[in-house]
Amino acid sequence: MPGEAVKDTVMNVDPVEALQAHLGGGVIDVFERSAARTYVGIHTSVVKDAAAFMFNELGARLIILTALETRSGMEILYHFSFDRLSRLVTLRALVPMPEPQIDSITPVIDGAEYIEREIRDLFGVTFIGHPNPVRFLLADDWPDCVYPYRKEYRGQYPYRTEEELQQVREQMRRKGTK
Amino acid sequence: MKTTIPVGPYHPLIEEPELFRVVVEGERVVDIDWRTSFMHRGIEKIAESKTYDQVTFLVERICGICSTSHPLAFCNAVEDLAGVEIPPRAKYIRSIVAELERIHSHLLWLGLAGHYIGYHTIWMWAWKYRELVCDLFERISGNRQSYAMMKPGGVRQDILPSEYPGILSALDTLEPKLNMFIGAVLDDPVILARLKGVGKLSREDAMKRCTVGPVARSAGVDIDIRRDYPYAAYPFVEWKVITQTDGDVLAMAVVRLLEMLEAVKIIRQCVDRIPEGPIVTEIPEVPVGEGIGVEEAPRGECFHYIRSNGTNIPYRLKVRAPTYANLPSFRSRFIGERVADIMIVLASIDPCYCCTNRAVRLEEGSSIRMLDEKSLLEMSWQRTRELDGNADHRLRSLLEL
Repeated sequence: MPGEAVKDTVMNVDPVEALQAHLGGGVIDVFERSAARTYVGIHTSVVKDAAAFMFNELGARLIILTALETRSGMEILYHFSFDRLSRLVTLRALVPMPEPQIDSITPVIDGAEYIEREIRDLFGVTFIGHPNPVRFLLADDWPDCVYPYRKEYRGQYPYRTEEELQQVREQMRRKGTK
Repeated sequence: MKTTIPVGPYHPLIEEPELFRVVVEGERVVDIDWRTSFMHRGIEKIAESKTYDQVTFLVERICGICSTSHPLAFCNAVEDLAGVEIPPRAKYIRSIVAELERIHSHLLWLGLAGHYIGYHTIWMWAWKYRELVCDLFERISGNRQSYAMMKPGGVRQDILPSEYPGILSALDTLEPKLNMFIGAVLDDPVILARLKGVGKLSREDAMKRCTVGPVARSAGVDIDIRRDYPYAAYPFVEWKVITQTDGDVLAMAVVRLLEMLEAVKIIRQCVDRIPEGPIVTEIPEVPVGEGIGVEEAPRGECFHYIRSNGTNIPYRLKVRAPTYANLPSFRSRFIGERVADIMIVLASIDPCYCCTNRAVRLEEGSSIRMLDEKSLLEMSWQRTRELDGNADHRLRSLLEL
């Protein structure tokens, strides 16, 4: 939130219980693996709300996002750390394939900007509402709709003949990309 | 008039591929954006085709400087996944190796930082004493770098009792030198004038951008994975987390310098208290599930996430290196800085990508001027020389502020 102070970890609240109370029906399941590791399944629609609540209200630190392709869809994991409580809380959202789309949390947490762009490049997940959805990791001449970290990707760089390369270079020059 | 200066795509200082687009107005920076992965090796993807034992070696290749932090975080993740507790002796050995690495990594940074601002004496000295640590590693593990000491369930090699005196005597040599560095950096008016107030990061911004490690601690965010998520032997020894409040380059240097002394303290206690016993626990099989391993690398929190499908190969490995979390803080830190300070601010987070060095292209209007590493360094050194002439005056004006 603009102008609002960033909070330290709130000490006397159990973060998972607070999140459940806040989201209500948005929470699908809670799996407490150990005292320091909790996994919370949430509905895709409440991701932004959940991230905002964790970050702004409970004072969590966003570690990173993980995208994970499974048979049932694309899982997006949001790893949050409550450093003073020594607890890692992971939110898990399942996004349906083949065209995965999820709300961007960058408007809420600045630190998520680059990882969302990275997941967009490597897994082809669209983050709705991302302020700067441009390529970050892949090269400018990498073909569209080829996502190297998906399971179906077989590790073949799309090799080109010298003529095709020349065409690509010409295109890049016209676009003005260095 | 706004001008865009591309710094990269080969990093001009830590010799790694990285493209910063720095937008300047006159002498001052007004915006910055970065792109990376010009040498993306797809290690997460490769890990999906290797066994857990092999991945330990694979992730060791992520970084050539902090080459024990990724295997350690990975081993923590496997142990979290399999629910095994490693033997106490292995815990102490892990701490000794990790802390020795912290010393040599911070010394490397100190030397480079000295080089960038034109203090070659610091560079030579820091790297001279770093040799001590590298030699020590050679004696312990057989390698000066990439020690291959970690293994899921424990460590691969023991540290023999006959090696303890060597470790302790190296620390005895090192400690007064570290104190000398602290004195040299904190008492020098030119270094203070070059570093104080440069590249400031506020506590708010540090938290908003989710920074970790010395960068966060220098801005007053009190986080340290060694204390917050205890692993290895850190819960069994006495040490303290170093924090500063200013968030500028000087504060980062101070955090790293004082952390080295803490590391010396930790190693001494570990060598003193290390118990006898086995160094590895067998992990019978890796269950279906997921595991998270975190570790405090010299540059900050190193994060590994593993998803297992019950085979001996991870289904997915996610790695978050500390620099990834720290780089976005440049947005806050660069605005308003001089072009001559780009070098030291870029270097201040101790960035770590991989390896190679090339040229920087400076565009002014339609003409294109090439600025290579040498000219950028020259700009930075020139600024130090300017300051040197009236260093006392600068210091006085700083103190008045």
